[in-house]
Amino acid sequence: MFFMIVATLFPLTLTPEMSRLRDAAPGVLWIGALLSSLLALEFLFRDDAVDGTLEQFALSGQSLTWMLFAKTCTHWLLTGLPLALTAPIAAAALGVSFEAMGGVVASLLLGSFAMSLVGAIGAGLTLGARRGGVLLSLLTLPLAVPILIFGARATQLAIGGGDIAPPMYLLGAIAVLGLTLAPLAAAAAVRIGLE
Amino acid sequence: MATWTWFHRLASPPHVYAFARRWTPWFGGFAALAMVIALYGGLVLAPEDYQQKDAFRMVYVHAPTAWLSLMIYTTMAIAAAVGLIWRMKVAHAAAAACAPIGAWFTVGALGTGMLWGKPMWGAYWVWDPRLTSELVLLFLYFGYMGLRAGIEDPVKADKASAMLAVVGVINVPIIKFSVEWWNSLHQTATVMQLGKPKMNGDMLWPLLLMLLGFLLYFIAVLLIRLRAELLRRERNASWVREVLT
Amino acid sequence: MLTVQGVHLWRGDRHVLRGVSFDGGAGKCVLLTGKNGAGKTTLIRAIAGLLDPEEGQVFWRGTPARSRRDEFHAELAYLGHEPPLKGDLSARENLKYSIGIRRAVTTAEIDAALTRTGAITFADRAVRMLSAGQRRRVALAGVVLSNAVLWLLDEPTTNLDADGQQLVRDLISEHLARAGLVVAAVHHSLPLPAEQLITLELGPS
Repeated sequence: MFFMIVATLFPLTLTPEMSRLRDAAPGVLWIGALLSSLLALEFLFRDDAVDGTLEQFALSGQSLTWMLFAKTCTHWLLTGLPLALTAPIAAAALGVSFEAMGGVVASLLLGSFAMSLVGAIGAGLTLGARRGGVLLSLLTLPLAVPILIFGARATQLAIGGGDIAPPMYLLGAIAVLGLTLAPLAAAAAVRIGLE
Repeated sequence: MATWTWFHRLASPPHVYAFARRWTPWFGGFAALAMVIALYGGLVLAPEDYQQKDAFRMVYVHAPTAWLSLMIYTTMAIAAAVGLIWRMKVAHAAAAACAPIGAWFTVGALGTGMLWGKPMWGAYWVWDPRLTSELVLLFLYFGYMGLRAGIEDPVKADKASAMLAVVGVINVPIIKFSVEWWNSLHQTATVMQLGKPKMNGDMLWPLLLMLLGFLLYFIAVLLIRLRAELLRRERNASWVREVLT
Repeated sequence: MLTVQGVHLWRGDRHVLRGVSFDGGAGKCVLLTGKNGAGKTTLIRAIAGLLDPEEGQVFWRGTPARSRRDEFHAELAYLGHEPPLKGDLSARENLKYSIGIRRAVTTAEIDAALTRTGAITFADRAVRMLSAGQRRRVALAGVVLSNAVLWLLDEPTTNLDADGQQLVRDLISEHLARAGLVVAAVHHSLPLPAEQLITLELGPS
């Protein structure tokens, strides 16, 4: 929802010229995705931390890493996935051609997933901190930048009709790196956050 | 046995405090000396660059600040890791003391870079990989300091910010190698590479001396901040009372 | 089974736990008493591993609890101030999921536990709609259901009526009879046989 609003506000404020919009489209889509992601990340652990169930996860004797990974995945399925799948609507509003949609969606799928994984670390660290939401954005931003760079590049290439394989591979590599390391870091972060 | 005593001393706040107090003037003095000589060498003695004329002299401030911004972050991350693994209070204090210094050096690197960019490239700022990732480094510093400030319990603040520092260290190699991996407007490494440095000897020694000067300056300021940090953390301990009377 | 040795913990500036030590064997109930802010909750959380003591160690079955954390946690049930229940789910569903991640649990077992703690009548209502006392009964059912050896209870009788308080005493007695171990932070003492009790008073000495 937020993503849609952002995507429609950009043409309003920038320019209605289609070619200019198309150039700006990767940036708009990705910034919208990033902001939506940051908003959603606040709620990844918050409810469970508040009602005490996150603590019970940490005390269950089961791997906290896997449990948080599962939580992050479901969180992504409810936030990142819909975002990537509805992106074509926003992209079309920005003048992106039909053939490019596949590339746009693919890059956003991979990128938003990586963002959720990495954001979980910040979400764990900021549990119980003052101004947690703002802090979370500040912490996640530097870690999300590589995702943003490659993702936007992939989207840009897709729109321009180029080969999106190179940045997609890099994005995939980041996602895999995130997949292996981020849940571990998130579990450590949550344990620190619960103190 | 001797190494254990040394390690034990390193972990003990009163010893570190005494060490810092004793050595700060030396580091500060030598830093000032090195910087003055280097400035003279760089601004007066070194010949003009055939391409950039005098504008290249900005390298004497820009390059050291940039190197130090990376080095300080790495130091901070190592101190944080030591604090997390061996649970040393002094290590956490050192990491906390590093952060503002590192942030200022990053601002310095970005600022001098902007001032240099105008004559070199015609623009104060370009969104190229090295500049952007240096900016990201600044955000990392801010994030670290923000996280520390946002958590009430000091032990939890130490641990959480330490984790952040360690996770963020991945940004340092990205900055360092960004000029090689991507096409960038920024110059590639002229000094820190395998083989002979590409820079002319007359231009090189003031640069290296300036780097040394900044490094000593950083250590001096770190020791001062570390003392303040230790006093604040241990304010209820008896050694603090003795030191302050 | 549970040995706490010389545990010191600071919360910010306050030296909350000052060298706490005790030995708890099977069939014993360790009662932690003391005023508000004396450190009862802090000690329980430190034993559970949620807090890291600056000095001292916690041993479970002879080995440091921190080194075999997951195995220690598998034998432990922790009940804090707030019953850890998700408001949108019913009591039954809550228990199915929270115990389900620890071990396979059947509906019959869940029902038996809920009946024991007097929560069966409202077992299907969303937890959000229950009173504080009812929620605590559900949480107690969870503790019983966990099959844990060590029970860490932080003021377990909060919000309970007289019947509820008797229930807690009975549950603890039954657990001790099964060779379990209970560490409980309480405001009033529990009427248990003296040989089963270890009382520890916390607070500035």
